[in-house]
Amino acid sequence: MGIRTFIEGWPVYRQLTGTDPLGRGSAAQSGRSARLTARTEDADTVARSVCPYCAVGCGQRVFVTDGRVTQIEGDPDSPISRGRLCPKGAASRSLVTSPLRQTKVRYRRPYGTQWEELDLDVALDMIADRILAARAETWEDADHAGRPLNRTLGIASLGGATLDNEENYLIKKLFTAMGALQIENQARI
Amino acid sequence: MAEAHPVGFQWVMEAKRRGAKVFHVDPRFTRTSAVADTYLPIRAGTDIALLGGVVRYILDNELDFREYVLAYTNAATIVSERFVDAEDGDGLFSGFDPETGSYVQDSWQYAGRETDSGSGHTARARDSAAGLRHESHGARVGGAVQRDETLQHPRCVYQILKRHFARYTPEMVERVCGVGREQFLKLARAWTENSGRERTGVLIYSVGWTQHSVGVQYIRTGAIIQLLLGNMGRPGGGILALRGHASIQGSTDIPTLYNLLPGYLPMPHHADHPTFDAWVDGIRHPGQKGFWGNARAYAASLLKAYWGDAATPENDFGYGYLPRMTGDHGTYQQVLNMIDGKVKGYFLLGQNPAVGSAHGRAQRLGLANLDWLVVRDLFMIESATFWQNGPEVATGEIVPEQCRTEVFFLPAAAHVEKEGTFTQTQRLVQWREKAVEPPGDARSELWFFYHLGRRLRERLAGSPHPRDRALLDLAWDYPTHGPHAEPSAEAVLREINGYEVATGRPLSSFAQARDDGSTAVGCWIYTGVYADGVNQAARRRPGHEQDWVAAEWGWAWPANRRILYNRASADPQGRPWSERKRYVWWDEATGEWTGYDVPDFERTKPPTYRPPEGASGPEALAGDDPFVMQADGKGWLYAPSGVLDGPLPTHFEPAESPLRNPLYGQQANPARKVYPHPVNSVNPSPPQEHGQVFPYVFTVSRLTEHHTAGGMSRMVRPLAELQPEMFVEVSPALAAEAGLTHLGWAHLISGRAVIEAKVLVTERLTPLRVDGRVIHQLWLPYHFGYEGIVTGDSANDLFGITLDPNVLIQESKVGTCDVRPGRRPTGPALRDLIGDYRRRAGIVPGVPPPVMTTELRPPAGNTDAGPRENDDA
Amino acid sequence: MPDGDSLAGPLDPAPDAGWVAAGPRMGFFTDTSVCIGCKACEVACKEWNDVPASGFDLLGMSYDNTGALTANSWRHVAFVEQSPPTGHDTPGTRFLGMPGPRPPGRDTGVEERTDFRWLMMSDVCKHCTHAACLDVCPTGALFRTEFGSVVVQQDICNGCGYCIPACPYGVIDQRRGDGRAWKCTLCYDRLGAGLTPACAQACPTESIQYGPLDELRERAATRVAQLHARGVPQARLYGHDPNDGVGGDGAFFLLLDEPQVYGLPPDPVAATRDLPRMWRRAGLAALTMAAAAVAAFVGRSS
Repeated sequence: MGIRTFIEGWPVYRQLTGTDPLGRGSAAQSGRSARLTARTEDADTVARSVCPYCAVGCGQRVFVTDGRVTQIEGDPDSPISRGRLCPKGAASRSLVTSPLRQTKVRYRRPYGTQWEELDLDVALDMIADRILAARAETWEDADHAGRPLNRTLGIASLGGATLDNEENYLIKKLFTAMGALQIENQARI
Repeated sequence: MAEAHPVGFQWVMEAKRRGAKVFHVDPRFTRTSAVADTYLPIRAGTDIALLGGVVRYILDNELDFREYVLAYTNAATIVSERFVDAEDGDGLFSGFDPETGSYVQDSWQYAGRETDSGSGHTARARDSAAGLRHESHGARVGGAVQRDETLQHPRCVYQILKRHFARYTPEMVERVCGVGREQFLKLARAWTENSGRERTGVLIYSVGWTQHSVGVQYIRTGAIIQLLLGNMGRPGGGILALRGHASIQGSTDIPTLYNLLPGYLPMPHHADHPTFDAWVDGIRHPGQKGFWGNARAYAASLLKAYWGDAATPENDFGYGYLPRMTGDHGTYQQVLNMIDGKVKGYFLLGQNPAVGSAHGRAQRLGLANLDWLVVRDLFMIESATFWQNGPEVATGEIVPEQCRTEVFFLPAAAHVEKEGTFTQTQRLVQWREKAVEPPGDARSELWFFYHLGRRLRERLAGSPHPRDRALLDLAWDYPTHGPHAEPSAEAVLREINGYEVATGRPLSSFAQARDDGSTAVGCWIYTGVYADGVNQAARRRPGHEQDWVAAEWGWAWPANRRILYNRASADPQGRPWSERKRYVWWDEATGEWTGYDVPDFERTKPPTYRPPEGASGPEALAGDDPFVMQADGKGWLYAPSGVLDGPLPTHFEPAESPLRNPLYGQQANPARKVYPHPVNSVNPSPPQEHGQVFPYVFTVSRLTEHHTAGGMSRMVRPLAELQPEMFVEVSPALAAEAGLTHLGWAHLISGRAVIEAKVLVTERLTPLRVDGRVIHQLWLPYHFGYEGIVTGDSANDLFGITLDPNVLIQESKVGTCDVRPGRRPTGPALRDLIGDYRRRAGIVPGVPPPVMTTELRPPAGNTDAGPRENDDA
Repeated sequence: MPDGDSLAGPLDPAPDAGWVAAGPRMGFFTDTSVCIGCKACEVACKEWNDVPASGFDLLGMSYDNTGALTANSWRHVAFVEQSPPTGHDTPGTRFLGMPGPRPPGRDTGVEERTDFRWLMMSDVCKHCTHAACLDVCPTGALFRTEFGSVVVQQDICNGCGYCIPACPYGVIDQRRGDGRAWKCTLCYDRLGAGLTPACAQACPTESIQYGPLDELRERAATRVAQLHARGVPQARLYGHDPNDGVGGDGAFFLLLDEPQVYGLPPDPVAATRDLPRMWRRAGLAALTMAAAAVAAFVGRSS
């Protein structure tokens, strides 16, 4: 930066020589203010999404920079919501970036008094073992009259209604194949 | 609606700008009341009396849309002479079986169809929540019915309706609901004046309506009004359920429910459905009218999608692999079974029953008596930490060192960290693009279940056990991508849509589904969502570039149809009822149905079409039968079967009420589902004694600032700070009576729990004069629990477990309690306080109050009231 | 010396502040008659501007747990519960916790409730035409943007706090632990990109409308007339008048009662309105002030 530019950049110089003699507007604009732009403009990607809270189904635009969600706001194209969001929908960025989000598997052993860490892969294996054991222990082939039952009542599940259709489909398909009948959802509640 | 669905409410405000009148009926004065034209406070649990009053007002003043009613509803149909109305049975319809607390429905049938209706005894239908199956179709009706087009026959539905609601006068509405008669008449006048040929009116409810022991009948009453006024299948009309979770509609369409398979196909019952044929016939009812006639193709195609190459016509497509129901396997029965040690392992997938389900203590005691528990969530929720921080740890009922439940907490991916579809409240399926990778160990449910299934199958490879065949034969081969081998959600959606097995070509309509194994369809009502190999749910043509139906935004099931039964938007001749309300009509020139929406009718079937003798399935629907999924093509004012607790809605008091039912000797719904389990109890109501121990009525609901059990809002700072504490709202009069002060503490006591809350004294809550008494109501948000940024006691702890008989949803919108100033006791003293109340109220845990409270013998109407094998409704 | 018009009376503030090619003045019209009190504005503002938490206290002021506009709350939804005038009671506002003249419920209760009102209003910085906060700012941290809005530049603000008592609405506030002054920027960064401020974009019912102030004023006048015709005589505008004590607000409101009912000053006056007179009498003092301001700039910009 040359000395001339430096001096011209001074607010007081701009104030005395420019259109803003009181120095309350253009002359007072700081370099940071002059460079300011909406962070959504610089986003690497914008994903078209849907609000995860109630069932109105408001459109959301998810702005991502450097692999991080920097803003979630209403999608003006949506004929349902026309770009608007309620406080919950408007808090979606805080939801997904909350410091309280759990990002590690946690394990509480029987009679344990605190959480322990556990590898995700190990956890999946342990869960698979327990499913097969519970199934073997509680399997019912047929009722007293010999009619097929093909089931276990030793396993149950309760799902939230923020699961995707594709997820629900696989959940039901797998549980049904393993004979787990007691599969329930918030839709019952 | 403004409170829980603010963005949806923009359309109400739009309508208001154009002159619409908004009526808001609620026990609480909410943000919706604040902008409504008229607010009617109502006693919680009395909506049938209010709406029944509207039905009577319509019929008494002959304000029904007669041409619509005659042509499109069953008003003219003659009902069996064996039918005895609840008006003559002191609250019981004919066919009540006191042994099981359920109905035998033969006498409710249309005249001449008493025997072939097959509805029979409904105890088993109740246990399988059979009502849920009717989300997409009505119950069965066999063959032709007798009609009286003059509506004068004493046993025609119209006359039965008139008699049934004759006592639901404005005076009775005031007496039961606490709604002033003038206010009521204002509502009735506005509703009827804004319905008919030129205008339509809409009924909007939030699903608190379903959380009653008569929840389904609430909605039935609304349906009767909307049918009488000609508001169904027409633009600006209908009944709009404001559901509360992003894909709760999807969760019933593609269900994770014990009694349903995708597309509302029932889970087989061990006694009723021994074979594939018996199962399919139980759905399609051979000889019956309507689109369920093709059920065999939907069922075979589902099994083909499940078991792929292993599903063949020879082995009934693997029907033998399906697990069978033997009774009630619902979430509340499950929890009681957990307490009894019958359940080993439990999965909680983005769900927090320790806060969100009724009777929180029972939930937590159940969780504490498992072998293992898998919790998959974004946050550390109460249902994962019950062993550590739950209220039962404080009372000594759960001791961490003695609690054997092994808990796996697996972090879940958030909605922006995975792709897939939500189905919103109007059946609109919308695709979400993935924005970022989930953090750390967080994964989608798609990932978890796909890889869990893979491991299970690997472990079982070569298993000699027949029980493992279903897993090993499962079609479980989805393409994966990315660093975590995420399965392709689009591949799953394609399977849901269905495809031709030989070519893999996606189907475009469920009419292409076949029953010979040549098609595989994961959920037949979603066929078309992947038509032409294109993800139709991902369509996002901007709303402002489309007409108001916006058919190119997302995809609605079925067939991208935005208003169901829209054939009813045209008159019997196929012409729009009015220019103003033009929506779908018959185009004589082209010989097809056309309009703004996808017509809900066979495209080229003319209005004049009459079915040939002996026709069945879609062919049997006449050109003026708009309700194409109903067995008689008509909208049902009167439900001869399918609704387990009565063909007509009838006012019953909630299971817990301070009042004797002013209308009938039968106090509460006689068919409600009760659980005589030691952990469960019901506060006494008249005619039982000691009801005064719990003198107040309470209700729970949502706040705009929070979401359900709080797992997605109490953990989020900008929301938590907006409603930072648990509170209870009381009227100034109740505050004076109970000694409560604004912002002071109060504790509320029921037979199950005692919880504390800060007091908000507000005139938004008002006592009501009901049946000559002053009834105080108070309300609490149910969002709070012991984890998160902001914490508080859980309102749902106060409730016991009593369910609606049709869908097995709990009564958790009304109960009785006592309220006292100050904080609740802690430790064992808390249980002592509840014990004291129980003693005074004469509550014996595990012994529910008598179901029948009328002195009258139940009207027979039926000669052989025993359970039967073929009771599928 | 500036003329008096720069500190009082009607004015287009952006050109007056040296923005030669300024577009139309932009602002907010908040129509409280359609506000449903959802607080989407509060959250959307916090999300966009990364505003810290303002506390987790149940205030008991109806559903208002924000309390006021502060450095950490740039939108604030006020909730006012109003009982109907009954008997000899004087009309007016009755807040929570103050029981009525006789216990409700002695009648059916219903008839009494027809006039019960629950008023909601989303309050915000008014972006005054004559903004005292800006006029007293010695550092030039507060400045008038090309959109006519008033913004604190956080790279300049030194936390002197002069602006705080100057605001006739009590809007601008110092952030604890930071010391600088913070308030609504009308989403200055979004405006530059042609976007709508976050609160207005989120607002479900269009209670918060953003646009050229002239258009908003026309729209507001039409809305008031419409409400009057529909039997809402209480509807009135607040902050729309260029001849008021602050020269009119860049963010103005349609209210359904007196401003005091919502916690707004009935007749706000820019504390700097009398400055020109003072300057004429004490030109030297004014020059000293200007010199101090220059010194402050030099001090900060190094």
